Amino acid sequence: MSAMSAGAPRSLASSGQKSIQDILHPLSAEESALNPGSAAEKDLILPNGTPVDTSSPASSSSLLNRLQLDDDLDGETRDLFVTVDDPKKHVSTMETYITYRVCTKTTRTEFDLPEYSVRRRYQDFDWLRNKLEESQPTHLIPPLPEKFVMKGVVDRFSEEFVETRRKALDKFLKRVADHPVLSFNEHFNAFLSAKDLNKRQGLALLTKMGESVKYVTGGYKLRARPVEFAAMGDYLDLFTQKLGTIDRIAQRIIKEQSEFLMELREYGPVYSSWSSFEEDLHDPLEGVSGCVSNCSSALEELTEDMSEDFLPVLREYVLYIESMKNVLKKRDQVQAEYETKLEAVVFREDKKTPVPTDVEKCQDRVECFNADLKADWDRWENNKRQDFRQLLTGMADKNIQYYEKCLAAWESLIPVLQDKQEAEGETS
Amino acid sequence: VERTSLLKMMEISVAEAEKRTGKNAVNMQETYTVYLIETRPVDAASEGTNPVPDSLWRRYSEFELLRNYLLVTYPFSVVPPLPEKRAEFVWHKLSADNMDPDFVERRRVGLENFLLRVASHPDLSSDKIFYSFLTEENGWKETVFETGFQAKADSRLKALNATFRVKNPDKRFAEMKHYGDELQSVISQLLRVRARAADRLYGVYKVHGNYGRVFSEWSAIEKEMGDGLQSAGHHMDAYAASVDDILEEEEHYADQLKEYLFYADALRAVCRKHELTQYELEMAAQDLTSKKQQREELATGTIRTFSLKGMTSKLFGQETPEQREAKLKMLETQIEEGEELVKERNAECEEFVKSAWVDIERFKEQKDHDLREALISYAIMQISMCKKGIQVWNNAKECFSKM
Repeated sequence: MSAMSAGAPRSLASSGQKSIQDILHPLSAEESALNPGSAAEKDLILPNGTPVDTSSPASSSSLLNRLQLDDDLDGETRDLFVTVDDPKKHVSTMETYITYRVCTKTTRTEFDLPEYSVRRRYQDFDWLRNKLEESQPTHLIPPLPEKFVMKGVVDRFSEEFVETRRKALDKFLKRVADHPVLSFNEHFNAFLSAKDLNKRQGLALLTKMGESVKYVTGGYKLRARPVEFAAMGDYLDLFTQKLGTIDRIAQRIIKEQSEFLMELREYGPVYSSWSSFEEDLHDPLEGVSGCVSNCSSALEELTEDMSEDFLPVLREYVLYIESMKNVLKKRDQVQAEYETKLEAVVFREDKKTPVPTDVEKCQDRVECFNADLKADWDRWENNKRQDFRQLLTGMADKNIQYYEKCLAAWESLIPVLQDKQEAEGETS
Repeated sequence: VERTSLLKMMEISVAEAEKRTGKNAVNMQETYTVYLIETRPVDAASEGTNPVPDSLWRRYSEFELLRNYLLVTYPFSVVPPLPEKRAEFVWHKLSADNMDPDFVERRRVGLENFLLRVASHPDLSSDKIFYSFLTEENGWKETVFETGFQAKADSRLKALNATFRVKNPDKRFAEMKHYGDELQSVISQLLRVRARAADRLYGVYKVHGNYGRVFSEWSAIEKEMGDGLQSAGHHMDAYAASVDDILEEEEHYADQLKEYLFYADALRAVCRKHELTQYELEMAAQDLTSKKQQREELATGTIRTFSLKGMTSKLFGQETPEQREAKLKMLETQIEEGEELVKERNAECEEFVKSAWVDIERFKEQKDHDLREALISYAIMQISMCKKGIQVWNNAKECFSKM
């Protein structure tokens, strides 16, 4: 089994003999819940068709799979590139919507072709995310931009809105593509390569309902949350708070800047009307008017940039954190189920019979989940650091650019103002 | 041609302001501010001895009295204005309270400016009342009242307030008055919008201070990102704090504009006074013409102009030749006096036009120079503000990049 060897981590996720539809994630609860006492070994099959050895609680093969997958993704080792671009409006009798072009370049053997170019709409991205959440419940799935926008408040077809959304969708796919497990997901593959996604979406509606209910109403009581996961939960709560505060501050600044802009737009022209009845002062006053106008435009750009680039990223992270908290809850549920079942078994009278396999399966699930989550958490922390470094540096840059534009305007005005005083040898 | 102005001989400054309490005219307790006027002969300082300056305290109402005196005594001069009596065009952080220390300080500067302007004015600087204002603490008020300027002021004031129509308005003065109107209107608007903009700018800067706090809180829950965030937060605090100095400097620009807002008023006052002189000339001329006509009628017996006397004499019988003689004699005297008056008023008018126009030209040059300077220093202020902004955000950027 290629999965067992340390050298070739990349060839894991082929569909093997089974069709894409029939292959379920080995840890998806569906199977075991439906067939509690059945030959459980059959269900634990890796995506490439090889069975998993469940004789030991934490089957080494599945653990190794996860641990070996390399997190190292600099440009040289990356073999899957995805971009979202070229938004286009589609008008039909039923509805109007936007599609985006999704381009893929890859050397992975899981893909039939090295390049793909398909058109997808937001619905399709939503479908993909749901499928990922279903099929990879132990992983942190990146967020999508907000689904619903209030009609009448936001223009869904304005250039700014579409561009903001495009950037977020692009980021979403890139994050999935960079993920060592998610990027090999069959739904992701289908999303990138299939000409027509519509058929597959039908199934999503049926399976999604059942799936989401399962983990939440697991009903098992958790004894003690491991410290590291408790810490994650606490951190996420605090972090969400801070993000919320930053969002409010940024919005307030944009509001104040917009009102300042309104005043500037009235202020500049007054100098112009003054210049109209002055002789000597005509040029200086006209110059000041022009300067204020330039500063106004620069401010408008700054405000727009902050609205379009800064706020959406903050909000994306809030959504990300929400879905992460859900994954943490699921983990708690899986652990609780294991603990409950184990307790029932521990208190049985006959201590000689071996531990039943469903308890072992539970333990397996707990350990796999924890391992996946820890790995994803580290990756998430890294990405978060980079993302916020970029976001805040970007904010600083935009402000610097604004001030530089204003500076240039005022500096170029000085000679105009000093025109008559050159003889007196004045310097600015 | 520059006549020696007082400023060339004397250093003048309004050095301090102090609060006093005392009883006012109706024996009620009041608090008011007094300003210390310091004067020193120019030569004394240059000799290197640096003697203690002469000084006296004056309150705002005394400055007003001085200015009113100058307005009446030199009606053809564009008299420098006083700083505003009450704070206007304020943005929210500035207090509209006259007792507020910032207001008092800006008023001190404004009063000093007023004295320097008067002291460098070719006509006003040599005025004795002005000189004693600067040098004689006690009894100055009585001296001013003794000039009897108030009587002139009252009658002129009444005339100025009355609406009158000049038959042949002087084009130049009409244009000047119109310019004064426009200048006043545009500067008012400018000051109003500027104050609103200052309010908004204050808000923008201050809200950034909230970043300081939240970055600090956030850094507490982070490991590697913490230091960068914390120091960036400090820069945000510095950014928020920087707006106070920025807006204080801008206030100085607003004060420069305000001076010319009030100067516009002074300019218009000169034009109005010219109109009055012209009107009085026209009235005297009109009166003379009518008297001459009356004489003619009396002499020839034809009645062209209506007069009550004429009508009653018609109704109640002709007057006697002796009565006619008496009347004619009276008219002749009146006509003589009238001609003198017209000559006087004509001379007044010509004199006024000459002097006023000299001062208006002087004022125009001063205005162009001063406002240009004001715009330059405003631009320099903006440049400084931009440079500070760039520096702060570069500092923050450095901290962010270390996250």
